[in-house]
Amino acid sequence: MINFSYTIWIPLLPFLMFILLGLAGHKLKPKLSGLLGTGGLGIITILSYITAFKYFFTSEKVDGAYQKITALNFTWLQFTDKLHIDLGVLLDPISVMMLVVITTVSFMVHIYSLGYMKGEKGFERFFSFLSLFSFSMLGLVLATNIFQMYIFWELVGVSSFLLIGFYYQKPSAVRASKKAFIVTRFADLGFLIGILILSFNTKTFDFITLTNPTGSAIAQGGGIAFLGLSVMTWSMIFVFMGGVGKSAMFPFHIWLPDAMEGPTPVSALIHAATMVVAGVYLVARMFPIYALSAPVALKVVAYVGAFSSLFAAIIACTQTDIKRVLAYSTMSQIGYMMLALGVAGYGGHEGLGYMASMFHLFTHAMFKALLFLGAGAIIHAVHSNYMTEMGGLRKYLPVTHITFLIACLTIAGIPPLSGFFSKDEILAAAFHSNKILFAVEYAVAGLTAFYMFRLYFSIFWGKDTHYHHTLHEAPATMTIPLIVLAIGCIITGFIPFNKLVTSDGRILESEIELMIAIPSVLIGLLGIGIAYIMYRKESTIPDRLAATFKYSYKWAYNKFYIDELYLFVTKKIIFRYISDPVAWFDRHIVDGTMNAIASVTQSVSFRIRGFQSGQLQKYAFVFVTGAIMLAILFIYLWK
Amino acid sequence: MSLGTFLIMRHELLLIAAALSVLIAEIFRNPDKKRSISLFSIILFGVITIIGFLPSPAGSLFGGMYISSGTSLLMKNILNIGVLIVFIQSATWLKKEENSEKISEYFLLLISTLVGMNFMISAGHFLIFYIGIELATIPIAALAAYDRYKNKSAEAGIKLILSSALSSGILLYGLSMIYGTTGTLYFSEVAKLFGNTNLQILGFIFFFAGMSFKISIVPFHLWTADVYEGSPVNITSYLSVISKGAAVFILIIILFTVFPVIIATWQKTIFVTSILTMTIGNLFAIRQQNLKRFLAFSSISQAGYILLGLIGGNQLGMASVIYYILVYIFSNLGAFGVVIAISNATGKENIDDYNGLYQTNPKLSLIMTLALFSLAGIPPVAGFFGKFFLFTAAAQKGFYLLVLIAVLNTIISLFYYLLVVKAMFITKSETPVESFRSDFSTRFALGICIAGIVVTGFASIIFEVIRNLSFGV
Repeated sequence: MINFSYTIWIPLLPFLMFILLGLAGHKLKPKLSGLLGTGGLGIITILSYITAFKYFFTSEKVDGAYQKITALNFTWLQFTDKLHIDLGVLLDPISVMMLVVITTVSFMVHIYSLGYMKGEKGFERFFSFLSLFSFSMLGLVLATNIFQMYIFWELVGVSSFLLIGFYYQKPSAVRASKKAFIVTRFADLGFLIGILILSFNTKTFDFITLTNPTGSAIAQGGGIAFLGLSVMTWSMIFVFMGGVGKSAMFPFHIWLPDAMEGPTPVSALIHAATMVVAGVYLVARMFPIYALSAPVALKVVAYVGAFSSLFAAIIACTQTDIKRVLAYSTMSQIGYMMLALGVAGYGGHEGLGYMASMFHLFTHAMFKALLFLGAGAIIHAVHSNYMTEMGGLRKYLPVTHITFLIACLTIAGIPPLSGFFSKDEILAAAFHSNKILFAVEYAVAGLTAFYMFRLYFSIFWGKDTHYHHTLHEAPATMTIPLIVLAIGCIITGFIPFNKLVTSDGRILESEIELMIAIPSVLIGLLGIGIAYIMYRKESTIPDRLAATFKYSYKWAYNKFYIDELYLFVTKKIIFRYISDPVAWFDRHIVDGTMNAIASVTQSVSFRIRGFQSGQLQKYAFVFVTGAIMLAILFIYLWK
Repeated sequence: MSLGTFLIMRHELLLIAAALSVLIAEIFRNPDKKRSISLFSIILFGVITIIGFLPSPAGSLFGGMYISSGTSLLMKNILNIGVLIVFIQSATWLKKEENSEKISEYFLLLISTLVGMNFMISAGHFLIFYIGIELATIPIAALAAYDRYKNKSAEAGIKLILSSALSSGILLYGLSMIYGTTGTLYFSEVAKLFGNTNLQILGFIFFFAGMSFKISIVPFHLWTADVYEGSPVNITSYLSVISKGAAVFILIIILFTVFPVIIATWQKTIFVTSILTMTIGNLFAIRQQNLKRFLAFSSISQAGYILLGLIGGNQLGMASVIYYILVYIFSNLGAFGVVIAISNATGKENIDDYNGLYQTNPKLSLIMTLALFSLAGIPPVAGFFGKFFLFTAAAQKGFYLLVLIAVLNTIISLFYYLLVVKAMFITKSETPVESFRSDFSTRFALGICIAGIVVTGFASIIFEVIRNLSFGV
């Protein structure tokens, strides 16, 4: 056995940085606090890489499968012998993979922020929040039990709230942060209910016990049924609800586009690469239960994922704010991952979808972080978020241009970039499981290529826009992360995921199926081609198209009016018919009772002050009387 | 009897040795360095506290009059920690010129009371118990009058000694009835022979009244406010934390081991008195302006909550009581520590004086807030878990009404605890307490309290240890 107990420092170090920068940050020079935060992240990045290397290549396999290793565990709250809340570190293929993803992207974002946030007010606050986020996210993926995961899940939510609302003087940022927090919190209610049902049913929180494919938790499966579905299925659907919220799947996706109000590095870290995939991670973590004990819930996962990916891809084609395009693209790509999990089975070749989903999570983190950071560099230069105000930027921002192009090609699935491999695996998994879902995803692949290159051409080619100021390339602190991530996009496709991260820890034989790979590349190229025609040069085709499909265009442009629908439901129905009466009850009955207690308390305490006279003989009198009264009470009256 | 068997009463022997050493040191000390005696005593006591944690054999001495068990050792160790904090907190105050001639008395008398408490906790016989209780009370009366040239302090001393004489009288009266009806004073024998006759219940009620005096349970609490206000702050904190804690410990042991037969009666007694205690304590605390009086009354209502742990007669109840006392020691001594620090620096003791404290002394304000939050039972500090376990213990035995009343009372208590917090953080003041830096001992003691509040709240192992050493009826 290799000793992994040092891994506790991976989440702990960012936490210490958070404490340090949060408490003493204002006393440090901004630059120093930035370097401290970045340095801490650098150290844990190295630690994570060491851990990953040791875990994948030197740790002992049992029966050809990677083992789940509890590197550290201590019991925090003991309820019964079996049911207790622990805090610990669990290492298995997906958590180790997530360590690498989170620390790499986070480290890049830290470096990038040194340049991007330079001179901003609250520089050290920004870095302390980033550290808090890294701590929470790492704690989430390393959780040994579902309750620990829930705790860190909420911490992630809080740090996301703090970071979206970083520009707290901007009303839109404040609104967005509240929206993100409330929407995800609402979804987390489902998560909590799911946890409670699950733990009540299985009497444990522990992941290893829960997800043991031959263990009692899965075998019992929750015999009792409600509305035709087993208890286990219900609990897993509820648990998935939390994942839907965090991963911005339909119908809880509305917070993600607004969350783009946060600083761009935050969008890259939290709302593209790490936090939003927490939902995918959650399903993957609980995957044996989904696959073996709650197949209906797994179907829900698949359909929610497929619908979200199509839905978001359509909206992305109509948006003009470049960060929002990327936000919807994120939602669409996460839909892919969910779908892939949803069509997977446990073990053997059935597990292809699982592997593909994790693979795509990994590559997506790289290319989406790159896209966001690139968008940040563009916004940094142009001082605008709208692609209508951009054009011809390739001359001014050469590094950003090339790296952005690489990222666009990656997401469009052009070989040999990493996106090609992971997307191909997902399509293959869908193809072998459900032809309808495959068709949807195939169409989404084309849409993705189209909207990404719409973005690319409008920004870097298109019309020659005249800018009020001279544009210049971003500083090295910003371009280096871009280059590193671009290299990541190129090489990560060659990582043999089928040997490392699979549903049962064993090697999965898979190869590229040309039957699927060739058409998927072709549709990607088709999308790029259409975008080329429409946006390579200034043309009237997009406007004419928009005019032709006036209503459907408007519908998609306004995000299918989902926000308005929610506003209608909450404001007109819930607030008026539920909240208002409750508020009245609260104000008059609950508060009234409390106020009555308060005033009675005050007046009684005023009246009885005479007891405390300061005269000893009176005290003695009360003492003796009290004793006698008690004696009378218990001997004669109430025996 | 070999020398080894005396190791069973190691705690008491060590304390007696310490008291004698303080006396001897007083004789041989350098007259120019009067204050060295307090450093000597504190270090000595610190060593004793640490030795107390070494494993010790359980057993009984003097034909069963003295019993030592894991539970009693735990209780003694908890008290030792509390007394150590009190000692460290008093160092600054003892440096004052007017106290320089009587430093050794302070330590000698406090250690004597602690010896008394230890004998009480280890008693296996009502006589030892009674000697312990007197030993734990009489020196305190002397200490209450420590500032003997201040009228208030002298008044506190005289009030304490007279009231405690009365309570001892009642207690002895009750014990005589118990002896009269059973013919023995051994705990184990009484437990077997005790019945449910009227005379025996009267004896029990008188015994309970005498104990209630020590814990200041309503209606036996009236001495509390005057004595707490008149005594020097350090003595007040000792009375409200250590004396009360020790009395609760012995009460729970006696109720569980000697009177299990009449559990129905003492449950009713506790039911009535705990409601009275929580409510009246709160009602009086609301009106207090002087922080010492304020903490005195709040400690009365705290005693009411503690009774909730006793009422069930279950193991969880005993564990929750011991745990709560531990938490309460840290929280209340933390609050008193701030009051002492400010009183030493400026002489101010009223809530209004604390207006705007956060602006000038942010650290003290934060410590005070944490301690008050813990007393009020706001999660996630230790006090919350303490109250939570107490209420759980009572609810487990079906005392839902009592728990409901207790919860309502915590809401009321929240109000007045927050009044202090509001004064410190929100209310502006023209003349706030000036910014000052406390000396090492004050900061050290506050550090222990804060660490205690945080650690006892989060380290579940502490509660586990306590639960394993607890027992039910």
